[in-house]
Amino acid sequence: MNAIAGWLRANLFSSWPSALATLVIAWLAWRLVPPFVDWAFVEAVWRSPNSDACREAQGACWAFIGEKHRFMLFGTYPFEQHWRPALATLILVGLWGFSALRRSWHWWLGLVWTVGLALIAMLMWGGVFGLRYVENERWGGLILTLILASFGMAFAFPLSILLALGRRSRLPVLRAACVAYIELIRGVPLISVLFMASVMLPLFLPSGLTIDKLLRAQLALVLFAAAYLAEVVRGGLQAIPHHQYEAAEALGLSFAQRTLHVILPQALRLSIAPLVNTFIGLFKDTSLVLIIGLFDLLSTIKVSLQDPAWSRFGIEAYLFACLVYFAFCYAMSAYSRHLEHGGPGRRMRQS
Amino acid sequence: MKTLFAVAAALTVVVGNAHAQSTLDAVVKKGYVQCGVNGGAVAGFSAPDSQGVWKGLDVDLCRAVAAAVFGDANKVRYTGLTAQQRFTALQSGEVDILSRNTTWTITRDTSLGLNFVGVNFYDGQGFMVPANFRAKGAKPAAKADAKGAARTGITSAKQLNGATVCVQPGTTTELNLSDYFRANGMTFKPVVIETLPEVLNAYFSGRCDVFTTDVSGLVSSRASRAPKPEEHIILPEVISKEPLGPAVRHGDDRWFDIVKWSLFATIEAEEMGLSSKNIDQQAGSKDPAVQRFVGATGDIGKMLGLDNKWAFNIIKQVGNYGESYDTHLKPLGFTRGLNNLWTKGGLMYAPPIR
Amino acid sequence: MKRDWIYQAALLAAAGLVFWFFVSNTAQNLETRKIASGFGFLWREAGFEIGETGAIAFSAADSYLRALGIGLWNTFRVAAIGVVFATLLGALVGLSRLSPNWLLAKLAAAYVEVIRNVPLLVQLFFWYAVIAENLPDPGEALQPLAGVFLSNRGIAFPTPWSTPVLSGFNFTGGAVLSPEFAALLVGLVTYTAAFIGEIVRAGVLSVGRGQVDAAYSIGLTRRSALRFVVLPLALRLIVPPLTSQYLNLAKNSSLAVAIGYPDLVSIANTTMNQTGQAIEGVAIIMAVFLTISLSISAFMNWYNQRVALKGVRQ
Repeated sequence: MNAIAGWLRANLFSSWPSALATLVIAWLAWRLVPPFVDWAFVEAVWRSPNSDACREAQGACWAFIGEKHRFMLFGTYPFEQHWRPALATLILVGLWGFSALRRSWHWWLGLVWTVGLALIAMLMWGGVFGLRYVENERWGGLILTLILASFGMAFAFPLSILLALGRRSRLPVLRAACVAYIELIRGVPLISVLFMASVMLPLFLPSGLTIDKLLRAQLALVLFAAAYLAEVVRGGLQAIPHHQYEAAEALGLSFAQRTLHVILPQALRLSIAPLVNTFIGLFKDTSLVLIIGLFDLLSTIKVSLQDPAWSRFGIEAYLFACLVYFAFCYAMSAYSRHLEHGGPGRRMRQS
Repeated sequence: MKTLFAVAAALTVVVGNAHAQSTLDAVVKKGYVQCGVNGGAVAGFSAPDSQGVWKGLDVDLCRAVAAAVFGDANKVRYTGLTAQQRFTALQSGEVDILSRNTTWTITRDTSLGLNFVGVNFYDGQGFMVPANFRAKGAKPAAKADAKGAARTGITSAKQLNGATVCVQPGTTTELNLSDYFRANGMTFKPVVIETLPEVLNAYFSGRCDVFTTDVSGLVSSRASRAPKPEEHIILPEVISKEPLGPAVRHGDDRWFDIVKWSLFATIEAEEMGLSSKNIDQQAGSKDPAVQRFVGATGDIGKMLGLDNKWAFNIIKQVGNYGESYDTHLKPLGFTRGLNNLWTKGGLMYAPPIR
Repeated sequence: MKRDWIYQAALLAAAGLVFWFFVSNTAQNLETRKIASGFGFLWREAGFEIGETGAIAFSAADSYLRALGIGLWNTFRVAAIGVVFATLLGALVGLSRLSPNWLLAKLAAAYVEVIRNVPLLVQLFFWYAVIAENLPDPGEALQPLAGVFLSNRGIAFPTPWSTPVLSGFNFTGGAVLSPEFAALLVGLVTYTAAFIGEIVRAGVLSVGRGQVDAAYSIGLTRRSALRFVVLPLALRLIVPPLTSQYLNLAKNSSLAVAIGYPDLVSIANTTMNQTGQAIEGVAIIMAVFLTISLSISAFMNWYNQRVALKGVRQ
């Protein structure tokens, strides 16, 4: 009893301002939490074959999510083939999980990703092993969000390394080009890059040659992410003590050898935590493809709201969106925090 | 350097190929029709259902073309397009047909390089307001009014001076709106929101006094979204003509003909009383018009460069215009109105198929 | 060394070739689509109204240029106000996380986690729904203060030269903050504040315990220790990442297009739609944001040098 009282005094009522803050928070919780619980659980409708039961109810209409969850998660992908995007989602999440393990930080991780992404492409497109071909206009929902983010990262990463090396190059033209690219992209909103890919790119290409919408958006995300990643990689390169460069040079290694075997492995390990953070940003940014009419997760959720029977349940839909995005991003940010606190990054710096 | 030239050369080859083919040849070769529909999804016209299958009046037009070309209405792929993307997508060859509730205007028909094949929905822009509107008169009112003394209903768009109007951007709607208010010497405050659910939320929550879009859209959103539909009225003024129709690229007359006559076939079939349910029986009918239509006699299909059963396939697999309308639009509260057959007081009129 | 120059020349040539390829295609495409390139369209009549003009007169008869100018002004307004509030809220959140009050610290931590891990676009939709749906009609406007009216048309408040009066459909006179502006502002401020909070926390934590103890030991009060020791030291660490958060806020304001606040991107979007001038539209957006980005960077660099520890450098 005393222990509890002591804890309370130390942590909640240690001073007048502290006590006041505690009381204000308690009052707010008392005012806000019970009505929310009422709405979200007590009065909520969980099952309703059409929207009638929901229209009567005072609470949330979770039946809406039940009715539309397949469309929200898989978009316009053929209904009976939904196992394919579902499996692809699992593989992608598995790839991420595997890459998070320190044991797998070797050169062959690139190989694993190549195989994994190829496998996903095969599952999604089909056309081999008796799988029906599904064109990418029909991809949608969660898997599209994951694909845009993962492929975006996978292609932006090598590009960003080149950009970062280019920015530190002693060739003035190359350096200027890289600096201009990075600063240009980082200076403008993603939405303008997406507009560019969506309405300007078709004008750049000869008439008759078209790149489909998904690819255009993916290209925009790659180009955008590469500029941000390049700065992260550059941070890692700068953190490498100068004597490492000199030592490598003294050994008579060529530029390529120095970079590939000495500098990059160290620099990349140093930048893993900020890389993960950039990836979280990219994952969230994929929601912007909604503005150029792609069926990502947020977009399929909004399209579900277009169904006249269910269009009044926007709050439920957006809470569902929040929940899905939060689950993914929180897992990644927890991992990135874990790396920052005594992760392998630290260890490298000391060695 | 050498590789670069090789790439450039390869690109040129691709371009050359793309240009040599007519749209029909290209469509037949790839085995499907690429159809541009509304990516924002408009219920009744083009929207994916809970299983992710595209449904609607505009979608049925694409299916009709596929049925005519391939004898299989399912050989369609859909590209969802935003308002800005739609014309570029058609011009650049990304889609073969644009069937995305697009208003037929002379600018679009000429300078944008499109050819509208006809009209599959006659519409016009109107206004919706709450029925028990707290109108306080158009004049600057006394403060007593603010307390809600005089409340009269609005009966005409001419009373909307000073109103806040919810509108979606980037369409002719926004321009018609300001034209109308300027012409009548009134002012308004627009609330411009890109997507339909948000703009409807804004109106029904009272953020705006007025919601304006095509009358068809007003009807369907009142039926589906209003907490109490009877509390909202659509004002009698229709301020614009909005003939919505599918379009194809300029300069490919053969493809233009196919899409145009696929649309007409669905309208003609309704007039002839042919539907997906009775066309199998009617195929044996002695009526020479029906005989021609189903391809038992004559060679209308050949004239289009298609199978002679092209129209039969459309009606068998997609249905006539009235069936599409009843399936997709009637449940949303649409009446036929202008979109009825000319014989029933509407504007739907197909030239004879002979 | 000679080889270096050959590489660079090849790079330039390749870039030039790609550029030429794009330009010639574009010219051809514009020709076939009968779109006249150039900025001549800016002087044509816009033909659309803008809901929120920020005290600048505008009508549908004005030019596209003026419309875009108003869009720019709206972007600038929301970004400038957003930066101020995000900094205040961010500092509050960052310091709350370090508070000895357990409840406050946990609440601030939860806030940061939730906000940072959900896309801003989802949050904007959410705030807009909350703001638009929970406020009354103008007829039943709340009056938190005399002369201030809070309704679903926004907040109308008096200015020195006029007061808001309900007439016809809406309030006239005074100044009005629209719900779209409010939703965008709240969304941007709460989102950016979560990031700023983390920056502030890291900055304060970076000030070594020893330095604080030293400040106390020379007889400084807690207040002056904070003012003269902790703050100047922490600011050096806080300012550079803060700059990029300000930049992010400015760039994120472009999401206004999704909830109907007439910012630059939203108006450029309408303009592109009506005129087909996609290249010019995107170019205008990019040029404006680049200018804003470079200006903020320049200002923050200048400020950064000012807060840098004097006497250490020399």
